[in-house]
Amino acid sequence: MLIYSQKYEIFGEAMNIEKLKTDILIIGGGTAGCYAALTVSENSESKVIICEKANIKRSGCLAAGVNALNAYITDGRTPQNYVDYCKKDADGIVREDLLITMSERLNAVTHRLEQLGLVILKDENGNYVARGNRNLKINGENIKPILADAVNALENVTVLNRVNITSLDVKNNRVNGAFGIGIENDTVYAIEADAVIIATGGAAGLYKPNNPGFSRHKMWYPPFNTGAGYAMGILAGAEMTTFEMRFIALRCKDTIAPTGTLAQGVGAKQINSLGEVYENRYGLTTSERVYGTVNENQEGRGPCYLRTEGITPQQDESLIKAYLNMAPSQTLKWIESGKMPSGQNVEIEGTEPYIVGGHTASGFWVDTGRATTVKGLYAAGDVSGGAPQKYVTGALAEGEIAALSAVEFIKNSKAESISEESFNAYIAETEKFLGESSSHYTAEQLEEAMQTVMDNYAGGIKTNYRFNEKQLDIADYKIRQLYRLSENLHAEDFQELMYIYELRERLTVCRTLIAHLKARHETRWHSFAENLDYPEKDDKNWFKYVNSRLENGEIKIILRDIVSGGNTYEHNN
Amino acid sequence: MSITIDRNRCIGCGKCHDVCPGTLIKLDTDKRAYIKYPRDCWGCTSCIKECPVYAIRFYLGADIGGMGSLVHTEKNGDILNWIIESPDGKISEIPINQKESNKY
Ligand SMILES: Cc1cc2nc3c(=O)[nH]c(=O)nc-3n(C[C@H](O)[C@H](O)[C@H](O)COP(=O)(O)OP(=O)(O)OC[C@H]3O[C@@H](n4cnc5c(N)ncnc54)[C@H](O)[C@@H]3O)c2cc1C
Ligand code: SF4
Ligand code: SF4
Repeated sequence: MLIYSQKYEIFGEAMNIEKLKTDILIIGGGTAGCYAALTVSENSESKVIICEKANIKRSGCLAAGVNALNAYITDGRTPQNYVDYCKKDADGIVREDLLITMSERLNAVTHRLEQLGLVILKDENGNYVARGNRNLKINGENIKPILADAVNALENVTVLNRVNITSLDVKNNRVNGAFGIGIENDTVYAIEADAVIIATGGAAGLYKPNNPGFSRHKMWYPPFNTGAGYAMGILAGAEMTTFEMRFIALRCKDTIAPTGTLAQGVGAKQINSLGEVYENRYGLTTSERVYGTVNENQEGRGPCYLRTEGITPQQDESLIKAYLNMAPSQTLKWIESGKMPSGQNVEIEGTEPYIVGGHTASGFWVDTGRATTVKGLYAAGDVSGGAPQKYVTGALAEGEIAALSAVEFIKNSKAESISEESFNAYIAETEKFLGESSSHYTAEQLEEAMQTVMDNYAGGIKTNYRFNEKQLDIADYKIRQLYRLSENLHAEDFQELMYIYELRERLTVCRTLIAHLKARHETRWHSFAENLDYPEKDDKNWFKYVNSRLENGEIKIILRDIVSGGNTYEHNN
Repeated sequence: MSITIDRNRCIGCGKCHDVCPGTLIKLDTDKRAYIKYPRDCWGCTSCIKECPVYAIRFYLGADIGGMGSLVHTEKNGDILNWIIESPDGKISEIPINQKESNKY
């Protein structure tokens, strides 16, 4: 619902301001956000606005398509088996209440996706064909348009594409809505809502990427997911968890294409340049696979490969097609070089570290219903913490859980309206960036500086993902300095204004990340959090969650006990 | 990696602009599409799949081993045909039936 719309001028340019009101605001129309909208529609009459910085047809992780559904409870297995798998992979630092509630929904959301039009491989009896224990084979090229079509057909849902949300309006720890900018319609928005679901995905582009030159955005995680949700939550005083469990992916060299299809599809093993299978020496968890590869390289046995030589021409053909459906650059690489995987092993490398709550456990600290510690604010998908290995179906499941909680919540709780004072302060902030500035820096320059700092001092590719406390102190100092420099940046238009906000989001995430890396005095996960001052695992003192909250501008670390199986979790302190 | 748009072929429908997850494509004053931020392309190929006149191609940057080939798709019913043109003029086509699942 439109409350008002006004035109105004700054520096001779026409701008608009708009204030809108809705029952539930969803920030980020990706996997979890779209599914949350579907869920609200099916379970209530509530009005929904989705704000999406791109266009929900092809935005976020699913833009290029995905190759498989990585999380499904296959025949003979139980949701608890899935929980156990995630728990083992993260060496215990997970929330079992979140994992089990997600796992119990994985199959239902899969059926729903199929009803909406996703092609899933079936055998002659009509049963899904599993890839390994937990995966289903699909044609996922058009998974995002399928979801978007379903959302666009909903009457109670308004989608605002190209609207980038940058901050939350929170008073007395209760969210009343959010502020953002229309990147292509030069509009500053305030959107009031009784509940807000945040589903902005994880954060890429914090560290110097594998290919920092022309192909700097040829990274695994979408470079347009900048950690906005984390940053908004941090600045609003929400509690965050486990940022120190970074995610580093093992990927095909150069194209940074996924390797799971090679490993699981054709059973390719990780080998070093001597041809030795090294994966067994280091262990098989996600972090151990990365660590093994780093170590083999360091000890002079690199490069490392996935052993595909000797697979059949039919397998080549299937791989070529599978990659076109999710990472077309890898297929192009094979064809351009004239060397198919059957004739040449595929070189692999670790990526720069990401913060992604759908793969590892970083993100908002939520209760079992996905409520954050800010009243009225819910989190789902990669932005939400405690539940790793969510993947596509887990993000859908969390979108559903968060939506059901929000629908219940607004029955008894209404937000205050956003005060003119707060809106004016936000408008003034945007005007400041759009106005004159004496700064000779650009958002791009500061972004590169940030990535270099993180690479050098916070365990990037350059240091083989390792760090020590002294380095982290330097990183923290430099990141704070860059944040200060970002105050004076200048934007020519609303797209550049978004770039300034994106930079500031990343810097905010970096600060929390550095504080978390520093807080965990052990090395529980090689490569993901390899603290050289504390190279051993220490269950006695550190079998705990490391959480944090911004208080008076400083990051306060909060250690919490593990929430074990069979329990639910409510916020009470 | 990035994309290139053939200005002469573009009919200005704006569909590529609409889908780009990075808001990287703009229409110029003649209503022809161009990529304003080529270094920021993620390589998702969403724009290419939208273009009704096949004016957009993607290529691998030289920094990640690109050798000059250009790729686009043409859709025909359930078939998404991937077409790769190499610099020596050789063309390879890989048709994918979107109703068929990946084998892996
Ligand atoms: C390349 C790749 C391949 C993958 N392959 C598989 C696979 O084969 N199988 C599998 O199961 N899983 C796969 N995954 C994992 C899975 O896709 C993700 O975990 C899941 O889609 C995350 O969902 P999400 O809703 O949290 O994030 P997304 O789907 O990325 O949604 C986040 C949305 O928020 C929007 N947004 C961000 N910031 C803002 C802002 N400030 N304002 C407004 N909007 C904003 C983004 O544009 C985006 O649309 C893959 C992931 C990637 C990146
Ligand atoms: S390939 Fe994707 S990121 Fe690149 S311009 Fe096209 S739509 Fe945008
Ligand atoms: S989709 Fe094709 S025709 Fe339409 S604007 Fe883009 S390049 Fe031009």
